[in-house]
Amino acid sequence: MNERQLTHLDHLENQSIYIFREAFRSFRNIAMPWSMGKDSNVLIWLSLKSFFGKIPFPVLHVDTTYEFAEMLDFRAWATEHYKLNLIVKINEEARGRGIGYETHDPVTVTHELKTVALQQALTEYGWDALITGIRRDEDATRAKERYFSPRNAQFEWSYKDQPPEFWGQFATSASAGEHVRVQPLLDWMEGDIWRYIQREKIPVPQMYFARNGQRFRSLGCEPITKPVESNAATIAEIIAELDATRTSERAGRAQDHHERNAMQKLRAKGFM
Amino acid sequence: MSASSPLPSEAQRLKIVFVGHVDHGKSTLIGRILHDTGSLPEGKVAAIQQACAAEGMEFEYAFLLDALLEEQAQNITIDTTQIPFRTARRQYVIIDAPGHKEFLKNMITGAASANAAVLVVAANEGVREQSRRHAYLLGLLGIRQVIVVVNKMDLVGYAEATFREIESEYGDFLATLGIEPRLFIPASARAGENVARRGQAAMDWYAKWTLLEALDELEAVTSPLDQPLRFCVQDVYRFDERRIIAGRVESGSLRVGDELVFSPTNKTAIVATIESWGETTRAAGVAGDSIGFTLREQIFVERGYVASHQTETPILANRFHAEVFWLAEAPLRKEAPYVIRLATQEIKGQVVAIEQVMDSSTLAISSGEITEVARNEVGRVTFQTRAPLVFDNHDRVPSLGRLVVMDGGTIAGGGIIFGGAYTTRAEVKSKNIVWSDSKITAQRRALQNGHRGAVVWLTGLSGAGKSTLAQALEAELFARGMHTYVLDGDNIRHGLNTNLGFSPEDRVENIRRVSEVAKLLADSGAVAITAFISPYRIDRGRAREIALEAQADFIEVFVDAPLAVCEERDPKNLYKKARAGEIRDFTGIDAPYEAPEDPEIVVPTAEQSVDESVAAILEQLLPRLRAAE
Repeated sequence: MNERQLTHLDHLENQSIYIFREAFRSFRNIAMPWSMGKDSNVLIWLSLKSFFGKIPFPVLHVDTTYEFAEMLDFRAWATEHYKLNLIVKINEEARGRGIGYETHDPVTVTHELKTVALQQALTEYGWDALITGIRRDEDATRAKERYFSPRNAQFEWSYKDQPPEFWGQFATSASAGEHVRVQPLLDWMEGDIWRYIQREKIPVPQMYFARNGQRFRSLGCEPITKPVESNAATIAEIIAELDATRTSERAGRAQDHHERNAMQKLRAKGFM
Repeated sequence: MSASSPLPSEAQRLKIVFVGHVDHGKSTLIGRILHDTGSLPEGKVAAIQQACAAEGMEFEYAFLLDALLEEQAQNITIDTTQIPFRTARRQYVIIDAPGHKEFLKNMITGAASANAAVLVVAANEGVREQSRRHAYLLGLLGIRQVIVVVNKMDLVGYAEATFREIESEYGDFLATLGIEPRLFIPASARAGENVARRGQAAMDWYAKWTLLEALDELEAVTSPLDQPLRFCVQDVYRFDERRIIAGRVESGSLRVGDELVFSPTNKTAIVATIESWGETTRAAGVAGDSIGFTLREQIFVERGYVASHQTETPILANRFHAEVFWLAEAPLRKEAPYVIRLATQEIKGQVVAIEQVMDSSTLAISSGEITEVARNEVGRVTFQTRAPLVFDNHDRVPSLGRLVVMDGGTIAGGGIIFGGAYTTRAEVKSKNIVWSDSKITAQRRALQNGHRGAVVWLTGLSGAGKSTLAQALEAELFARGMHTYVLDGDNIRHGLNTNLGFSPEDRVENIRRVSEVAKLLADSGAVAITAFISPYRIDRGRAREIALEAQADFIEVFVDAPLAVCEERDPKNLYKKARAGEIRDFTGIDAPYEAPEDPEIVVPTAEQSVDESVAAILEQLLPRLRAAE
C-alpha cells in the first residue's frame, strides 16, 4: 500500500489531539486559558480538530487590564468567529488595591493580575483541569514539565516530585481542590508553531508582523512587552528569522528578567 | 514529501536520551553539544561565565543545563529535561536523564519516548553500576539504537588500551541485553574532542565518526505501518448528529470501507467516513494518526475497545505474562488489587505469580517463593485481570504490548507483555480476591466488581421485546465480566409470586416484590434487569424509590413499540386471546398502559434491530455503572 507519510508537524498535531481527548475524557470540568497569542490560537485550532469543530469547554481570558487594544479587538473577533464560550476574569480586588505597573514591579503585578486572577477563576468555577499552551523550549523550567502536570490546592508545582509519565499514560486524576495542567503543546517549538500557523492558515494578531522595523515575538501586558527589531512582515519571513536567531523568545517579556530566576519563582507559585 | 531535501526543522526530529553513571560527564557532554552547535541563546554562555566569576566558581559546560537553582547548588540534574539542538542534517531533542538512582521514574519518563540513546562512560572509572542499569532499562523499553561515548579520555592520557578495554567489557554486557551499539566513541566533552570536532593528534588511533556525525547517521523514526492495524478508541462523540469514534491508529492503517472487528466484543462494522474539521476529507488513517470515524452499522463501541482487521486480531485474555519494572515506593505485591492501563483500556487486576525478580542495578536474579517486586526491581510476573484485556506481545506490536500499573491514581510501574498466544482466546475465569476488612459497603462492592449495582427497569407492552432485550443485555454485561441477573415473569411468577394472580391488587403487589428483589440484587452489587409490562406510572415510581433507598441507580427503559406491531408479533398468542375475550384486563386491549413521561432511555424496537437497541442501552448504561474511585 502506498500510504501517506506523516511529517514532523503531523506528529506534533496528532500527539496534541491525543492529549486533548485524554483530558476531555478524564476530567469533569475543564477550561482552557487563552491569551490570544500565537500558541493560544494554535490551541484553539487543535481543540477544534480534536472535537470535530466544537470546543466543548469554556475558554478563559485572564484580563490584566493592561491588554493591547489590538489584542482585545482580536479577542472580540475570534470569540464570534469560533463561537467560543468565553469567560473574562479580572482580579478586581488587586486592581482595587492599586496593584499596577505604574506603581509595582512586574513580578508582583504578573503574580497578582495573572496568577491570582487565575486562582480566583478556578475557585469560582471549580475546574479540575486547565489546558495550557506552554512549550518546553520557552524556558528552562518549562523544559521539565509533563503533559499532565498536577498542581496542589495551594497552586504549587512540585517539580522535584513529578509523577512518572510514559507510553501515553498520564496522571489523569485530581483530588479535591487540586487541578491538573494539561499541556498539549509541550513538544512544540517556536518554529513549529509558526510553520503550523502557516500550513493551517490560522488567524493570529497582526502585532506579530513587522511594522516600521519592529514586531512582537511574544505578547503580554502592554507596559512590559517590548517589540524586537525585525523586518519580518510575513509568516515565511518570521520562520526565516527564527531559523537564524539565537535570541530567546521571551527576551521582550520584562517579568522574566526582573531578577535572577524570576521565571522559576513565578512558576512555582502557579504562573504558567 | 517533496523530492528536494527538506529544511532541518521539517525533517523528522529525533529524541535522544543521554544516560550514564553519576559524574561520568553526561551534563558536560550535553553542554558541549549545545555550545558547539550554536544552540544556546545569545549571551547565555557569557551570562553563566559572569555568574560563575561572581560566585568564585570555575565555569563548566554542565552549568549550561542547570537552570534551576538547586541544581547549581548540588551539581546534579534533578528531573528529566528536554533540550533542542540542530545539526545541518536535522533537529534533535536531548532528553537528559538523571544519574541518581532514586530518580528512576524520571529516567523512564524521559527514555520511554526516545528514538535512540547515548550511553556515557568515563574512561577513568569504566563501567559502573548505573552504566549497567541504564542500559538494561533501555533494552527493556525497546530502545535499540545506542551509541556509547567513552568520555574523559583526557584523564587517561588518550590511551587506546583503556578505550578498548571498556569497549570490550561494555560491549559484552550490552550484547547480553540484546543491544548492539552502533559505535563506541572515545571523547573528551570538556575539551570538545570527538563531540562536534575531531580529537587531537593523541587520539589519531580513532578514525571513525564524531558523536554528531554518528547521531546524523541514526535512522529516523518510522511509523509502524507494516504492523497489523490497531486502533484504540479514546472516546465516542455525539456533538451533533454524527456518532464519531475517536482514537489513535497505533499501528497499521485503516480506510473508508474497511471492515473492522472490535475487541473485546468481536462485533464488526464497516468504516463509513473518516471525519475531520477544516481540511480536505481523508480516506485513510495511518499509524500515528489521531482520527475519528463513523460506522455504517450502529454497534456499541466505547473507550478501551481496539479495532483491527479480521485477519490479524489482537490477543484477548485475562491471564498473561509481563516483565514489570517498579517505580513506586510501596512494592508491587502479589494478589493485591491494582488498576492496569493498556492504551485506552483500564481494568482491575492482580499479579498471581512472580517467577523471578531482578535487581536492576546488580542484575542479580532471585527466584523461588517471591511475593513482591520492590522499587527499582524488575519482575517477571503473571497478571490476572477482572475482564479480558486486549493486547499484543510487545515484540509484535509494541504499543499494544506495554502496560502501566496504577496504584492509588498514580503510575507505579510499567511492563511489557510477552509470550501471549494468538491462536487461542483464553476463557474468562474470575478469581475471587479475599478482602480482610469487615464492613462491606456498596462502594467497596463496586470497587471489587469494577462496576456499581443498578436496577435496569424495562417497561412496555406485551410483545414490545422486553424479555428479548433483557436476555441480550444480560449477555453483553456478562461478557464484560459484570454481575447481572434478569428478573422476568418466568422466574418470579413461578416462585416468589406463585400466590399472586392478575387482579389489580395482585399486580401492584407483584411489581412491589419485583422492586424489592431488584433492589437487593443491586445492593449486592449486581445489575438487576427487570422485564415486566409494569403499566402504571405510580408502580414504576415506587420501584424507583425502593431502588434509591439502597442508593442504587434506577434506569427506566421504555421498550417502545406500537400496539399494532406488538399485536402482530403476539409471541404468546395473548393478544388473540384478549381480543377473543378469553383474557380480561389485558394491557393495551382492555387495560391502560401509561407510557413513561421521562424515561432514562427509549428504545423503539419496531424501528431497530435487537443489536441496535442493546447498543443504545449500553451506551447510556455503562457510564452510569462505572465505579467511582
